[in-house]
Amino acid sequence: MSHDTLPRPARTSRPPAQSPAGRRRRHWSRRPNPLAGLGSVIWLVIVIVPIYAMISASLTHQDQALGNNALKPPARPTLDNYNTVLHNGFGHFLANTAIVAAAVVVIVLVLCVPLAHVAVRTRSRWSTAAFRLFLLGVAIPAQAVVVPLYLMIAKLDLYDSLLAIILPTAAFAMPVSVLILTGTLRDISEELYEAMALDGASATRMLFQLVIPLAKGGIGTVVIYSALQAWNGFLFPLIFTQSDGPRVLTLGLFTYVSQFGVNIPALLASVVLSGMPIFAVYLVARRALVGGLMGVGGK
Amino acid sequence: MSPSAAGGGPPTGAGRPHTSWALPGVLFFAFFAVAPMVLALCLSFTEWNGLGDPEPVGLANWRRLLGDDRLTQSLTVTVLLTVVSWVFQTVISLLLGVWAAGRGRNRAILSAVFFVPFLLSSTAISLLFYALLDPNFGIVHRDTLGSTSGAFLAIVFVGGWQFIPFHTLIYQGGARQIPEVLYQAAAIDGAGRYRQFFSITLPQLRNTATTSGVLMVVGSLTYFETVLILTQGGPGTDTAILPYLMYQAGFKSYDFGYASAIATFLVVAATALSLLLVRLSGFGAMRSTREGM
Repeated sequence: MSHDTLPRPARTSRPPAQSPAGRRRRHWSRRPNPLAGLGSVIWLVIVIVPIYAMISASLTHQDQALGNNALKPPARPTLDNYNTVLHNGFGHFLANTAIVAAAVVVIVLVLCVPLAHVAVRTRSRWSTAAFRLFLLGVAIPAQAVVVPLYLMIAKLDLYDSLLAIILPTAAFAMPVSVLILTGTLRDISEELYEAMALDGASATRMLFQLVIPLAKGGIGTVVIYSALQAWNGFLFPLIFTQSDGPRVLTLGLFTYVSQFGVNIPALLASVVLSGMPIFAVYLVARRALVGGLMGVGGK
Repeated sequence: MSPSAAGGGPPTGAGRPHTSWALPGVLFFAFFAVAPMVLALCLSFTEWNGLGDPEPVGLANWRRLLGDDRLTQSLTVTVLLTVVSWVFQTVISLLLGVWAAGRGRNRAILSAVFFVPFLLSSTAISLLFYALLDPNFGIVHRDTLGSTSGAFLAIVFVGGWQFIPFHTLIYQGGARQIPEVLYQAAAIDGAGRYRQFFSITLPQLRNTATTSGVLMVVGSLTYFETVLILTQGGPGTDTAILPYLMYQAGFKSYDFGYASAIATFLVVAATALSLLLVRLSGFGAMRSTREGM
């Protein structure tokens, strides 16, 4: 990105001592900024109102929900809707999603860490070509390949199984994962490799004792990214599964639309429940989650 | 990067991984992502209803596709949706991100709240707005999804509601990396807050805007479930974006040959677009992220 740094010499030639920690960012808080404050309050309303309406409606009796103002809190709150959802396979769908997410993360890590290691540490034509392949792979939309994948999955006798979701989901999480990992692995200094080579370390030992421990940040980002891909995936489950057995959470929510019909409070209760696990992770490990996601957008 | 082997140290080949380590990953990706693309191209020259074997029909699907009014309409909607979403999300994420990069307890708490929509899956979010926009139930007591512009704007809004938290995060990270000295110098020169924003913050966030923009444009194709749940391409076919058109042709009309032609068209369009963006953004120069640091 050398050409990008040209018009902004201040950034590259910045002596680190010039901004003492105590004086950083004083310009932000010097005086209040009413316009920005107003804007952030407006956005807060836009974020909060749908969430509030969802939770409020999910606690309303079905017969009181229709024609009612969704912004009014329920007169007699009830957990019936949650009961309905939990008795309609929610736990089963959740377990399936957890299995898919775990399997996708494992496959992506096992395949991508050695791949990124090769892309960074060797300069052969083949490793460059492999890196290019994944760079272009970022652009392949999953939608574009579902028809032939459907044919392949059927021929492999995987249709309507969890593997039919896991394998393609893992493949489509790979390009971004490889990019994140090569970005991280490149920052490991050459001297460390040389020091280990001096000790006679094999490539395998370097991978486990040097590369993986030093790439924890990037690996964490890949874990979050690929787990979220699996967690949010909708298209592959929609096309490659059919029965209740391998149904994952996203598809389960979708089937609730026809199952619950006009019972919108139950539908919204299922949406609330589906958000709970990630919300719990967010409460416990907000910094790790947010930091990891920042890594997806580049360091 | 590569140390000289003549330096008296150990041979540099020692400890370097063999290229074959990359093979499992490459093969896996080739099998589940690259091979299907080739297969889609092959299937686009056949007629196949999902059962039995595909029958070769030459260029029939392609002739039909290029003469199909729905393709023109779908392409227009897809491009329009991508551009409008990009503008909507960029403006709000940029402002919120720069604001959130500042210090203060309020900003930290609000930022934490702003992130919450991103914790829901796009299926869940689409269902949430499907319920809230229901004229008999929701907060909007009119048939928003029944009109073309209403349905279109609803998709833009729902997409933004979900992804603005993520892009705000990217802009927040970018804004925090702007060197403080620039603002100090501007303040000495008497530049006010808005002058500083337009003369320092915006130009300095150029790279961030490109990264975020690439992700937005490539990601706008994943609005599939939003369209499927919220509008089902309607009213009529007014919001049938390309992936939805493909889904309908394949898995609703069981016309897999035609669906494959649309899918191939989608791959070509997406690849051309991303090559263009890669060229414009210098994304391909990722090999040197550490340069000049």
